[in-house]
Amino acid sequence: MAEAAAAAVRAGRRVRHVCSGTRRCFSRAGGGAGLLAAERGREPESRASSFCPPAHSCNDWIGPPDSQSNLRPIVFHIPKNESPLGRRLREFRQETQVWNQQFWASQNVSFRKGKEEFIYSRLKAKGLEMKGETGQKVTLSAEEMADFYKDFLSKNFKKHMCYNREWYKRNFTITFLMGQVAFERAWRRLGWKKTKVGN
Amino acid sequence: MSAARRCGPPRALTGLFVWHLPKPAVRQMPCKFMHCCGVVNKRWITFQHLNFLKRMYVTQYNKDLSQQAKPKSDPVAPPFLEKKHLGQEKTVIREIRPVSPLHPPSSETLNRNEFKAVNSAAVVEDLATAVGAESKEEKQWKEMKLQLDDLPGILARLSKIKLTALVVSTASAGFAMAPVPFDLTCFLLTSIGTGLASCAANSINQFFEVPFDSNMNRTKNRPLVRGQISPLLAVSFAASCAVPGIALLTLGVNPLTGALGAFNIFLYTCCYTPMKRMSIINTWVGAVVGAIPPIMGWTAATGSLDAGALLLGGILYSWQFPHFNALSWGLREDYSRGGYCMMSVTHPAMCRRVALRHCLALIGLSTVAPILDVTTWNFPLISLPINLYISYLGFRFYRDADRSSSRKLFFCSLWHLPMLLLLMLTYNGAESLLLFF
Repeated sequence: MAEAAAAAVRAGRRVRHVCSGTRRCFSRAGGGAGLLAAERGREPESRASSFCPPAHSCNDWIGPPDSQSNLRPIVFHIPKNESPLGRRLREFRQETQVWNQQFWASQNVSFRKGKEEFIYSRLKAKGLEMKGETGQKVTLSAEEMADFYKDFLSKNFKKHMCYNREWYKRNFTITFLMGQVAFERAWRRLGWKKTKVGN
Repeated sequence: MSAARRCGPPRALTGLFVWHLPKPAVRQMPCKFMHCCGVVNKRWITFQHLNFLKRMYVTQYNKDLSQQAKPKSDPVAPPFLEKKHLGQEKTVIREIRPVSPLHPPSSETLNRNEFKAVNSAAVVEDLATAVGAESKEEKQWKEMKLQLDDLPGILARLSKIKLTALVVSTASAGFAMAPVPFDLTCFLLTSIGTGLASCAANSINQFFEVPFDSNMNRTKNRPLVRGQISPLLAVSFAASCAVPGIALLTLGVNPLTGALGAFNIFLYTCCYTPMKRMSIINTWVGAVVGAIPPIMGWTAATGSLDAGALLLGGILYSWQFPHFNALSWGLREDYSRGGYCMMSVTHPAMCRRVALRHCLALIGLSTVAPILDVTTWNFPLISLPINLYISYLGFRFYRDADRSSSRKLFFCSLWHLPMLLLLMLTYNGAESLLLFF
């Protein structure tokens, strides 16, 4: 048993050892989430920190949807000749990702919690248990849940208004910066070609 | 000492099992483990031991299933998916239960060493599953590199090509209904221009809604959500569709149609999309968005905004309500969690009332059609059965307010509109096919 467990741990350690070599080439929003979350004293919610893209890759990598926020984390690639504008874009995208992750994770968690409490209180009022005879969780029909959905939506309305405004601003900024970076890259390539032709 | 010897064989075996880690092996484990344990020392394995293991495997088996069920989900409304998921879980429990009676309860109780062995087996099992799950997850990470082979498919999904096709067909119907000689060039230019405008509007809509789409089952597989395309490329695509589309309509057809096309893009992207999260009025705005394409088709043919155009627009406007309200009835949970202000969540009674009201309005509008010389009097008579049927389903939805009535109304609306438009074209006042026979 001890040997088996040790083998499993060694396998896990091996993956992380490969990662450390390539860590400087990829910036993880997961690390960011961990930092920010640690500042606020909460658990890091992104899974991006456990994934390591291959060293030869020059692109960003996108992962499966997060279990809490349903958003897909991105591991951003840091190019060797990253311009200040490119760095600003990457950091802004990272920050937006962390902000989005925190909002939706807390939103979904509070929804699930509220839903459980609602179901519990309704079942209690009916005199039923949370788990039925087969051991399966008893759920209410959509009609019975309608009161909860309406209540939840109205309670979170202001929160959503603030989020929407911020999201639209960030989305436009990111896209605009992406445009600027793409233009800058094209200009650089054109300028480089011109000097080559000149020589 | 004897206890230590007893622990020996199972430990070695579990070591073997950790080695057999690839995905399919995890599922085979319950049978292999129990078989080997049984072979080693039947007296050593107690009923409680097996029960504990059985419960552990059943839980993990269920977890495995529930993890797999999620990626397999298609863009179908969640309620239907829930049923399927529960069904799968139930069948698994039934399969595993018969195994336990094979080993009858023995007189021995779990002693400390056996408990340790069970615990360590559980720990190893957890570690093994964790490492297996981690490698499985790593495979789900995708490089964000645009593959040119995939681009047409990605752009088709970005522009919601099926919805665009429906929009173009309503515009074509409007063009064909207009009481002027049919001009093929103008018809093609109108169709292409409307199609491009619709692609642009849909792309911008998806560009705005990435985090919201991620959180709804119906929309979580869209290209921007999955990172198959960058936001910059999506906006560039939208611009490269909107500019030629509107230019084609303005210069190739007439300025009125171009203006209506541009207005519709604005209405959909800058009014309807943000309003979805602010107020229930978004549904009425969305209905206007759906009503404009047939009006565009008519104005493309005639060059002016006639009563006939407004009637066609009115029919499409009224149709949107039973269609959308019935659809939104099954998406209430996702709307509530995602922060969408829809009638079905905030004002459920109004939602059903409005759907019914507009089903009845369709009968009224169909009757007005011959008065405006858009169709002959045959049209309201022949279309009465389908209009009455959708009104009946609208009434059932209003009264019953449940998932099955909403589903019936929604699916009816999907065939009702094409059939109504076909009848309108058949009994078109200007060139009625029946006049030839």
